[in-house]
Amino acid sequence: MKYLTEYRDPELVKQYVDQIHHITTKPWKLMEICGGQTHSLVKNGILDMLPDKITMVHGPGCPVCVTPVSIIDEAVYLAMQPNVIICSFGDMLRVPGSGKSLLEAKAEGADVRILYSPLEAVQLAKQNPGKEVVFFAVGFETTAPANALSIVQAFKSGITNYSILASHVLVPPAMEALLSDEENQIDAFLAAGHVCTIMGMEEYYPIAEKYKTPIVITGFEPVDLLQGILMAIQQLENGTYKVENQYTRYVQREGNRLAKETMEEVFAISDRVWRGIGTIPQSGYEVNEQYKHYNARVKFTLDLPVAEENKECISGSIMKGLKKPFQCPNFGTACKPEHPLGAPMVSSEGACAAYYHYAAVVEQV
Amino acid sequence: MQLSCPMPKFDFDVITLGHGSGGLLTHKLLQSGVFDILKNELLDQQHDGASFTLNGPVAFSSDSYVITPAFFPGGNIGELAINGTVNDLAMCGAVPKYLSLAFIIEEGLTMKEFWEILVSIKEATQKANIKIVTGDTKVVERGKGDKIFINTSGIGLIHPKANIHHNNIEPGDQVIISGNVATHGIAIMSVRKGLEFETTIESDTVNLNHTIEKLLDRFGNDIKFLRDPTRGGVASVLNEVAELTSLGFELDQKNIPVDEQVDGACEMLGLDPLYVANEGLFIAVVKQSIADAFVAALRADENGANAAIIGEATTEHPGKVLMKSRVGGRRVVNYLTGEQLPRIC
Repeated sequence: MKYLTEYRDPELVKQYVDQIHHITTKPWKLMEICGGQTHSLVKNGILDMLPDKITMVHGPGCPVCVTPVSIIDEAVYLAMQPNVIICSFGDMLRVPGSGKSLLEAKAEGADVRILYSPLEAVQLAKQNPGKEVVFFAVGFETTAPANALSIVQAFKSGITNYSILASHVLVPPAMEALLSDEENQIDAFLAAGHVCTIMGMEEYYPIAEKYKTPIVITGFEPVDLLQGILMAIQQLENGTYKVENQYTRYVQREGNRLAKETMEEVFAISDRVWRGIGTIPQSGYEVNEQYKHYNARVKFTLDLPVAEENKECISGSIMKGLKKPFQCPNFGTACKPEHPLGAPMVSSEGACAAYYHYAAVVEQV
Repeated sequence: MQLSCPMPKFDFDVITLGHGSGGLLTHKLLQSGVFDILKNELLDQQHDGASFTLNGPVAFSSDSYVITPAFFPGGNIGELAINGTVNDLAMCGAVPKYLSLAFIIEEGLTMKEFWEILVSIKEATQKANIKIVTGDTKVVERGKGDKIFINTSGIGLIHPKANIHHNNIEPGDQVIISGNVATHGIAIMSVRKGLEFETTIESDTVNLNHTIEKLLDRFGNDIKFLRDPTRGGVASVLNEVAELTSLGFELDQKNIPVDEQVDGACEMLGLDPLYVANEGLFIAVVKQSIADAFVAALRADENGANAAIIGEATTEHPGKVLMKSRVGGRRVVNYLTGEQLPRIC
């Protein structure tokens, strides 16, 4: 991890913190989009280093957190079918559905496998021709290319016992939904560096322009985050609202062409329900008509009753930046990682989990 | 590992249900395999249990080993089962003496694999200078186990100078780690099915009893507390102690030794080294005045080359473990909840 140490250099961190303190004159509210950024901020104790005038609020960029109960229910339903192997990233297993989580389904005998890549699921389908293998395809623009590629590969290899349960969501429509919300208090965004590595920067220019909001594409290490915050504060203090790129070591303006083409081949843009936020138009990917045989919803004619979200969980307000996890009456009491009311408490990128695991110090000491 | 004992000729290649039936096959397996290789005067009694005399206060400990895969870089389940219980006894301030050894074998385990496990058990007992004095073998149907599970229980004599108890910990006492954290857990994960990644990381499973005995000889009851941070890692041990003592712990991340490859693997998998399982590693809480000498003594020992002071006990934030981050921030180090699951992106 040598290439990372320079982005964790305590001296550089101090320099950026000093600069941020030096230039901040007014109160500003910044939202970091990605849960990975939230965790890095909290885990490294960066929130406590910032001036009191700067409030960081934690955005909806945690794919596990925004997956609605109804899709978890679909995954659990599929897992409980005989002859089905359901594959998922580890994060999704503990997230509660309306009845149970995938982890509980597994304990009851369902064949649930944790995989690191959807391409392994295609292999699994090849090795188990008598079974249906379903990959629970969760994530933002970051995981979508590999999930799309898995379908292309299955198609090319003539594998028909493979499908995906898509729960893909897109960042720019969510940013627009937040900014157009009448309760919106966000002054600037730190956009998710890895999403832009795939998608590029183009989508963000009209948003910055329309809502007069600075957007800084930012990485995940302490120095990345502080540099991103500094760039955003500089813009706010100067009254500008540009799209800037802090994460230049990975992000290019046009993004990754090959990855985008693969997604376009397999997916169609669709409306998507975001847990705690509601339906955001044109904010997700579904498997398109051409590849519908690889869509688990079509293959298993899924039509489950739509379950209600747990009303006690205020994840919507947290992901809109209106509340902090500590402001939830259930935080750390009725809602803990071992018995969560909502996904942000169990996802490794969830804001509530970050505060629960690393930041109790802020309030309690 | 080179097998130092040639495998005797068995008239079966694979262990079957019959080997656990208590009948002739069990007899054959034990007579030509287990008893021979682990031979000692107490085991040779071949009774339902072992009879012996111990003079003085004793520590008694038990642990089950279900590790998957059973063979991993740097060792196998056999030596792990011996070292684990030997180390648990050592952490009580005891000098381990006798162990029981019980196998639960899934039918289908090859004799070659079983023999390899037995040989490493034998070597581990020799290295730790302990004896296996009683045991048991059961075989379960295919699919009802995971190759082999082992339980060991052990008994040891408390070192005359030892007084290990969390109640002895006082504010200002120093927290010392005997080496790099997270190595064992990452070595195991690197060969787990579906997660193979190329690395040269090997498990550091080893017996610590001789190391601990030497430290107790020299530092006696200035060593307040000892624990090997196996499952749940360093974070879980310190949280447990913080809760029991109503003291807090303040750690300094930059002093916590982690091998560079292990750190990289943790980064890639989204795991925190403080929560990853360890073997062959221990945490000591010692009086401040001996901390430097303790670390120096450990560094001179074969099991403590990377030993370091990683934090101290404090009356601030009772029951909580806090850590100064590498970049100078501060955060809570909480209990591990459930299993550490790999992240999405």
